[in-house]
Amino acid sequence: MLSVQSVTKRFGGLVAVDSASLDVAQGSIAGLIGPNGAGKTTLFTLVAGFEKPSSGTVSFAGQDVTALPAHERAALGIARTFQIVQPFAGLSVVENIAVGAYLRHPARADAQAKARAVADLVGLGGQLEQSAAALTVAGRKRLELARALATEPRLLLLDEVLAGLNPSEIRDMIPVIRNIRDRGVTILMVEHVMQAVMSLCEHIHVLAQGKIIAQGKPAEIASDPAVIEAYLGQGAAKRLQAKPAGGADA
Amino acid sequence: MIRAYGPAIVLIAAAALVPFAITANTVLNFIVFALIIALAAQGWNVLGGLAGQFSFGHAAFFGSGAYTTALLQTHWGVNAWVAFALSILLAGAVGWIIGFLSFRSGLRGSYFALVTLAFAEVLRILANASTFTGGAAGTLVKLDMGPANFQFASRAAFVWIALALVGFVLIATIAIMRSRFGAWLTAVRENEDAARALGVDTLAVKLKAITLSAAITGAAGALYVQYYLYLDASIAYGPWISIEALVAPIVGGIGTAFGPILGAAALHGFGELTKLFAGGIPGIDLVLYGLLLIATIAFAPDGIMGLLKRLASVFDRRRTR
Amino acid sequence: MLAPDIILAAVLNGLMTGSIYALVALGLTLVYGVLHIINFAHGATLTAAMFAAYVAQTALGIDPYLALLPVTLLFFVLGYAVQRFVIGPASHGEDRNILLVTLGLSIVIENAMLAIFRSDTRSIDVPYAFESIDLGFTFLAVPRVAAFGVALIVALLLGFLLRATDTGRAIRAVAREKTGAALAGIDVPHIYAVTFGLGAASVAIAACLLMPTFYVTPRAGNAFVLVAFTIVVLGGMGSIPGALLGALFIGVVESLCGLFLGESLGQIGIFLIFILVLLVKPTGLFGARA
Repeated sequence: MLSVQSVTKRFGGLVAVDSASLDVAQGSIAGLIGPNGAGKTTLFTLVAGFEKPSSGTVSFAGQDVTALPAHERAALGIARTFQIVQPFAGLSVVENIAVGAYLRHPARADAQAKARAVADLVGLGGQLEQSAAALTVAGRKRLELARALATEPRLLLLDEVLAGLNPSEIRDMIPVIRNIRDRGVTILMVEHVMQAVMSLCEHIHVLAQGKIIAQGKPAEIASDPAVIEAYLGQGAAKRLQAKPAGGADA
Repeated sequence: MIRAYGPAIVLIAAAALVPFAITANTVLNFIVFALIIALAAQGWNVLGGLAGQFSFGHAAFFGSGAYTTALLQTHWGVNAWVAFALSILLAGAVGWIIGFLSFRSGLRGSYFALVTLAFAEVLRILANASTFTGGAAGTLVKLDMGPANFQFASRAAFVWIALALVGFVLIATIAIMRSRFGAWLTAVRENEDAARALGVDTLAVKLKAITLSAAITGAAGALYVQYYLYLDASIAYGPWISIEALVAPIVGGIGTAFGPILGAAALHGFGELTKLFAGGIPGIDLVLYGLLLIATIAFAPDGIMGLLKRLASVFDRRRTR
Repeated sequence: MLAPDIILAAVLNGLMTGSIYALVALGLTLVYGVLHIINFAHGATLTAAMFAAYVAQTALGIDPYLALLPVTLLFFVLGYAVQRFVIGPASHGEDRNILLVTLGLSIVIENAMLAIFRSDTRSIDVPYAFESIDLGFTFLAVPRVAAFGVALIVALLLGFLLRATDTGRAIRAVAREKTGAALAGIDVPHIYAVTFGLGAASVAIAACLLMPTFYVTPRAGNAFVLVAFTIVVLGGMGSIPGALLGALFIGVVESLCGLFLGESLGQIGIFLIFILVLLVKPTGLFGARA
């Protein structure tokens, strides 16, 4: 579904993403993890088309989309959410979602119907007419998700949709994400909440200092020494191995 | 549908009756002028209110519309109605060009305000220096009364024409706000990045907005020429009209369909009153505009429309109690 | 082709004019650098200061050069107060509101001047207005040379203030990162107001230097400020050295354009530069931020 081939992004002298490659299979939930400042969000912006890579290619469903701007990638079926939620503050919840729905439903009534359906799906059905500015953090995260979903994407890029939520809100959100995948949407998520990543993702890519340093199934990643070192510093893997309870700690 | 368009139709129909009740030329003059301003302000509102791009130089469009109408008639004897239609097209084209240049370079906020101001000033200086436009002496459109020439002996006829244009734009604005284009305009105004992520071609949306906006304000300029039959560079491209076009929607209620009309009516109503009391002191009405602009931003960010809405909700609560 | 003498004289004159532009541009760029907003009331402030110098001379008999200090202080206080008590509270912390409030202020100030002084062109008489220095190939008017000198001194003083004083350091801190500065205990609204005061003070100096050789109308300031916008954009929004160099450059360009194209089109060159820079390189030619 998504194929990123040796993509590099430089900002001035800084290399934010360094020849990173990853593939996401259709219908899967993939995770992109890594320590702070690893370049995860930058890689996301490259996939979504908000920045152009300095080199490398991004292909989506077999098509090279490297040169396409963000809105055309959205039309092809790539949707993203923002780490810092960006609701249209002056609009109500349903109007916010409708902006996304208009992409495939030019008529007002259709777009609004689609927006209501999506709102139900993410659990915002009861707050349709509320102003987006008045939502709680958890509500805004759901709105962010709903807006992206309303564009009817084939690939959904989730940038830390669980960050800032409390444990019970996270528990509520996980089935919502799984449900989206079950409806046929491929998901690539950047996430810091490890327990959620481990339980949701089928495949995990680890980014550190702009490079993909490991990829594999959650269990493999959790015991990969390179990953543990990237998170906890050099020598950490050895120290952890000495203890009986190994595993990635975030 | 009735809920959405009803108030607009009622307002326009009621206003159309005014010339039957009042025939005093001074009053009709005032109404025509206020309607021309309202039309220019409706144009500004499409770009500034709906799309959130504040132009400080809508004179560029007003003046381009006005000069097209005037010069086509004086230099080539083009029929006034044809000239009027062409002036709307040309003003729209000027809007597209300025928009293309500035939006493609990513200008927004202060920078966009500045560059629009600069374009208007360049046009003013050029129009003032060129002999083709009549230079500083200005251009007179030949007096030739008759409906075929878009000149009417009766001021009431002008009231109806101006009202028809304002009414048309009012209905069109409501239709835009209820459409996909309207939703995309709001998305661009509130957050461009989020809009792009949702598949909105923000550059195309902004270009469409500035072209429409310029065409509407250009129509106001063309109407001005047909009514006063005189034009010079400081009328056409002067800062006064940029200010009028911007202050009226903000005072009336920025980004609302009725805002520009209410704003223009309120400002010019107040303006006339101050002139009545303050006599011939020049500039006193504009001092008032400036104060109203600041007061609106400070105390009533949603303008007159916002105040009306608050009033209505208080009223509703009393009634249901 | 014109004689080199004439061109050299035009360049020198351009530098003199440029020094006044520099003062106007300094205030504008300083406010932009700190508040990240264009002060659209800058031109009206200049007009008001010119009228202040005019009134000082005609009603009180104070020479503009002597009035420089009190008028500058007065405008510092006014600028401070307007930002602190009008612009700040009225704009609710939103950039686009600040933009509109300063526009509103400019409308009010300009038309209040029109209401008080009418649209007549006014100038003052000073005995030294026509004194000049003979350079052999051209004459330089003494008041313009004085303006040039004072403008350079003021620019240096402003630079010193920003580099070497606590207030200056606070201003630079707020310019860079206002939230961080607030956390470090800097009173941000106070610094905003001080910056605005400094902006108003710099146009007040420009006004006093202008009055001996220039005239004032209620719209006199606008011409300068449109030029100052160009300079500030050219020099890089917020850059003080950029404003100084940009101002001298624009002064010379205007003078040469006037020489070759004639007075009425002289300003076109400036606007075209302005639009071109905005469209091609909005960060300015000298890039850096204060």
